[in-house]
Amino acid sequence: MIQVNQLSKIYNGIKVLNIDNLEIPKGQSFGLVGNNGAGKTTFFSLLLDLIQPSTGNITSNTIQVNTSENWKSFTGSFLDESFLIGYLTPEEYFYFIGDLRHQNKADIDALLASHEEFFNGEILNNKKYLRDLSKGNQKKVGIIATLIGNPEVVILDEPFANLDPTTVSRLKKIIKDLAENPNVTVLVSSHDLQHTVEVCDRIVALNKGEIVKDIQTSKETLQELESFFAV
Amino acid sequence: MIKKFIYLEWKAFTRSASFGVNVAMKILIGFLMIYFSILFIGMGVGAFYVLRKMNLEPLVTINQFLIYYFLFDLVIRLLMQAIPVLNIKPLLILPFKKPTIVHFSLGKTALSFFNWVHALFFIPFSVVLALEGYDIAGVIFWLLAAFSLIYINNFLNIILSNIDKLFVVFIGAILLLAAAQYYKVFDITSFTTPAFQGFYAVKGLFLIPVLVLIALYAFTFKYFKNNLFLDAGLSKKADIAETENLAWLNQFGTLGTFLKNDIKLIKRNKRSKTTIVMSVFFLFYGFIFFGNTQQPEVMHIFAGIFVSGGFLFVFGQFVPSWDSSYYQLMMTQNIPYRGYITSKWWLIVIATFISTIIASFYLFYGWEIYLTIIVGAIYNIGVNSHLVLLGGAFTKTPIDLSSAGGAFGDKKAFNVSAMLLTLPKILLPLGLYAIGLYLGNKTLGLSLVAGAGALGFILKDKVFSLIEKRYKIEKYSTISAYKQKN
Repeated sequence: MIQVNQLSKIYNGIKVLNIDNLEIPKGQSFGLVGNNGAGKTTFFSLLLDLIQPSTGNITSNTIQVNTSENWKSFTGSFLDESFLIGYLTPEEYFYFIGDLRHQNKADIDALLASHEEFFNGEILNNKKYLRDLSKGNQKKVGIIATLIGNPEVVILDEPFANLDPTTVSRLKKIIKDLAENPNVTVLVSSHDLQHTVEVCDRIVALNKGEIVKDIQTSKETLQELESFFAV
Repeated sequence: MIKKFIYLEWKAFTRSASFGVNVAMKILIGFLMIYFSILFIGMGVGAFYVLRKMNLEPLVTINQFLIYYFLFDLVIRLLMQAIPVLNIKPLLILPFKKPTIVHFSLGKTALSFFNWVHALFFIPFSVVLALEGYDIAGVIFWLLAAFSLIYINNFLNIILSNIDKLFVVFIGAILLLAAAQYYKVFDITSFTTPAFQGFYAVKGLFLIPVLVLIALYAFTFKYFKNNLFLDAGLSKKADIAETENLAWLNQFGTLGTFLKNDIKLIKRNKRSKTTIVMSVFFLFYGFIFFGNTQQPEVMHIFAGIFVSGGFLFVFGQFVPSWDSSYYQLMMTQNIPYRGYITSKWWLIVIATFISTIIASFYLFYGWEIYLTIIVGAIYNIGVNSHLVLLGGAFTKTPIDLSSAGGAFGDKKAFNVSAMLLTLPKILLPLGLYAIGLYLGNKTLGLSLVAGAGALGFILKDKVFSLIEKRYKIEKYSTISAYKQKN
């Protein structure tokens, strides 16, 4: 589904990302772990054509993302709060995204109803604009919005950060359900090794922009990763 | 302690996102400031002699107008003077004493342009008064009183700025007083002139405004100090949100989706609401030029463009910066650039159209004047709307829509640089009109301008493709510029 070729990103002469070759097959749930500055967000930004690669390219479903825009119709993503429109209510935001993805109001309502538990009664019908929601609740809105329109690629940057324990376990269930769908490729990045191991089939660890580990998840994966990151 | 504050302020100034980017703009503002300074000084010096030539007692005449001067000053401040905010939150837990923080924030406002610009008028005027043999002590006392009043306005603005739409009340008051005076119903100046004259003539009277100023400072200080908590003055006001569907716009497809969003954007953010108020002010701009025989006729088209173009100039100027806070979202969604630009264009066209209809009160000056406004509107829709959108590709200043805060929040966003950007859009029609006037008559001038507008309208698709291309080229640098928040 996603193919990375000779990709690198250089800022002021410093290589912050350098991936020679990486292939993510369709239907895989892919976890990206690493310390701060390892290049996780840079990689996702390149994948979403928000920054330009210094060399190489990424193709998503055979579409090269920095030359064609056709990947947008099957990709759902949430990197940070700048993906939210602060002056809209959550409902309006979902309908807006729905309109852009050619979903009607009933589709959106059905999707929201199925995630009512995840929202925990704090999102819908609360008479609050997105800008006035707490960080955690903003994140819930952003994550669910990526699911609108049945995307084939879902990209979530640090989805577990800022969420309370209950919501984290609910989110894990959502991601696992997505991962079970053979048509959906999920990409998740996190600092939290345990969460990532739980929801992903495959884990790639980045360090200073380079891939340092690429493992299929097994029982020993968590231990292996923990000993790798322990100093 | 104060030294640390000044250090922080200096860093904030030199490292702000807009600093250095627009050097040309800074220079232009600099020139404009010098121009206005000279104008004010000239007024200060000249006013005395001009008034004396008109056989009026200069000081009394000035005193007569001062009440309007100060009221108008307050309105301008309420509209334009931003309250300088220290980044207070991180300071609260550091070993700064609260009074120091408040004194510094308030002291900073004293240095504002809106205060010292008055000195350019009052000081030369007072010097001339002294030179012309007025009692020097009296003149100094009068000057002190005037400055106290200016600073009273300064602090009033700080206290009152938390009340929305207050400037409308003051404008209403000014208009009412002026009308009452004009129709000789009630003359406010007959009460205020002796008071202002008293500052000069009666020794010690000037102490009243000085004392009021001191009391007001103490009040402001106390108010701010008592509100220096995260849940009081520093809190964000959360609005009660209402979900709106605006379903009637669905029939326009993607265009409707964007229009819906834009309408909400304008309605729900302080900054964008201010632009609407400003565009209403533009409507009355024509009064300066029409029916004023001292203005050259060529300036009529200038007014014509401005009257209908208020929204275009103050809102359109900042497309796509209005969407800067969620620009990354827009770039990852399935959004055709053309649909996005077209929706903004329609918004501008609708606003221009409505302005033109409202401006029909200019028919009072005759149909020729109104025709000028219609021609201006045609030009705005045909040419300026495109220019504004094209310019938007290069506008990379993020707009922080949610900056509205509590007592300390900087809520005023309308700025002088926005006005300056409009100049090039006016010079071209001015030139066309001037050519028309020079070669033939008014009608030729108007047809030239309208023709340019119509031509722009016909070429709309071509121009839009060009704009679209430009936006795509600028995409990455725009995203990275919008990421740096102030």
